[in-house]
Amino acid sequence: MPTIPTTLRPWALMLPLLVVILGVVTWPLFRTVSLSLSDAGLVATSGTFVGFDNFAKNFGSKAFQAAFLNTAWFTLLSVGAELVLGVLVALLLNQPIRGRTALRGLMILPWALPTVVNAILWRLIYNPEYGALNSLLLQLGVIESYRSWLGQPQSAMLAMVVADVWKNFPIVALIGLAALQSVPRETHAAAIVDGAGPLARFRFVIWPYLAGPLMIALVLRTIEAFKVFDIIWVMTRGGPANSTRTLSILVYQEAFSFQRAGSGASLALIVTLFVMLLASGYVAIMRRSALRG
Amino acid sequence: MERRSPAFTVVIYAAALLLAAVLLIPILWLFLMSVSSAADLAAKPLRWWPADLDFSRYRILLTWEPNTMGQAFLAAIRNSLSVAFMAVGAALLVAVPGAWAVSRNPQMEWSLYALILTYMLPPVALAVPLYLGLSWLGLLNSTFGLAMIYLSILAPFTAWLLKSGFDAIPRDIEASARIDGARLDQILRILILPLAAPALSTAALFALLLSWDEFFYALLFTSDQKAKTVTVAIADIAGGRVSDYGLIAAAGVLAALPPLLIGLLMQRAIVAGLTSGGVKG
Repeated sequence: MPTIPTTLRPWALMLPLLVVILGVVTWPLFRTVSLSLSDAGLVATSGTFVGFDNFAKNFGSKAFQAAFLNTAWFTLLSVGAELVLGVLVALLLNQPIRGRTALRGLMILPWALPTVVNAILWRLIYNPEYGALNSLLLQLGVIESYRSWLGQPQSAMLAMVVADVWKNFPIVALIGLAALQSVPRETHAAAIVDGAGPLARFRFVIWPYLAGPLMIALVLRTIEAFKVFDIIWVMTRGGPANSTRTLSILVYQEAFSFQRAGSGASLALIVTLFVMLLASGYVAIMRRSALRG
Repeated sequence: MERRSPAFTVVIYAAALLLAAVLLIPILWLFLMSVSSAADLAAKPLRWWPADLDFSRYRILLTWEPNTMGQAFLAAIRNSLSVAFMAVGAALLVAVPGAWAVSRNPQMEWSLYALILTYMLPPVALAVPLYLGLSWLGLLNSTFGLAMIYLSILAPFTAWLLKSGFDAIPRDIEASARIDGARLDQILRILILPLAAPALSTAALFALLLSWDEFFYALLFTSDQKAKTVTVAIADIAGGRVSDYGLIAAAGVLAALPPLLIGLLMQRAIVAGLTSGGVKG
């Protein structure tokens, strides 16, 4: 490439990637911004400029507020449970036990199972007439009659969280395990010689190695949970009585079911704003650890 | 190491058994449902272990006859495969040079961080314009159109994975090749790519899994057998009028088989990739 100045050469290599991103990410994002300021519909797209009307209307709407709370609640429960389980399982897998390698191999399974298959699997398990959960609980004497786990607002969200946690806690555990394995044996042994109990060792020897990677897992999982769509769409479509309707589901319904592209775009941007706040946190952590390492 | 009390050992092994059960039983149950007779599945309480194995649903799903569920399912598998191969191929094509440039020019690193931000954007933020754009191009309900959209996920993602792979290749090799008079494209083709082959294949596999798993865009942008992918097809089967739960389970098993096999075979590479922190959880 003799005609391109040396300093620009790397950017020439970068160009195809940038063009692609420009086409399928940057451009649509800007279109979403301009749509959000209009009353455009999905089919007759040429709406008129309405300023921040969509945002004002949506922020004030009960549907948005409920969907926001549902999203926050889902995120808090799922990510919280995934972190706690993840750390416990990581500690377990770090023990010198027989069959440890096989057990670690099994951890891949929920992760590799496609999200939609996972949702279908749990929907079948929760089935009100023939589901395994009903049968199991009945046989154990925990319940007296079959229940509609996904059909009742009180239990639907919790059932959803269980399905999501089952799929995602292994990832947190594997990240935690990798961190645990970076704790130097000598430090750990020295702490034992010095008479540190298990809790003190966890706090002062293990935790410093665990905290960084866990923070990364926390932010990544929070972002994913906040965007949640697939599992909810397949299991309940946001029902019953909108009790599992999260922000992404709401955007889908507004923009595609009700074909209000402008209003849907404004909702999508609100979700984006939250996600980007979390994501900048993630990038900041990554850069800091990249600089240190 | 500290000596452990027998009680501690018992607790540890009990916990390990419990963990194995939690991981395995739901997947095993999916398979059992797929081979249980309809009568066993409808029993109250359930018949946990089928009286005899019934593989007929697999035959239903794997038969290519016009206007059958089998045809719809197999067409969906074909569509998923072609979307995945197009999208992964295109993603690697643009990500390899970009990631290499960033790896060799640290002053460009910020552009990769900007790229990760785009990767984390919620798909709903792009969905409406992408829908309008595809419709304008006449690419709605087309595997090619869907593959192009998947680049928004796969290109930043593979670039990020590849960059850390390229970082692991020492620069000295290139320097000496350059002194020997090798051109840039020769260096990339003859030196870097073979050395980066493990990183390349990991990135390709991750991208393949992501593409196979994708549901939201496929739900929006495809509408019939011409382009519907397997995730949408099985959601259709599960949400439709099918009354045989075993059939739904069998479709799930078939859709899950390729990623589960890849996951088990590529365990080491996947765990390494996942724990490096750059990967979606």
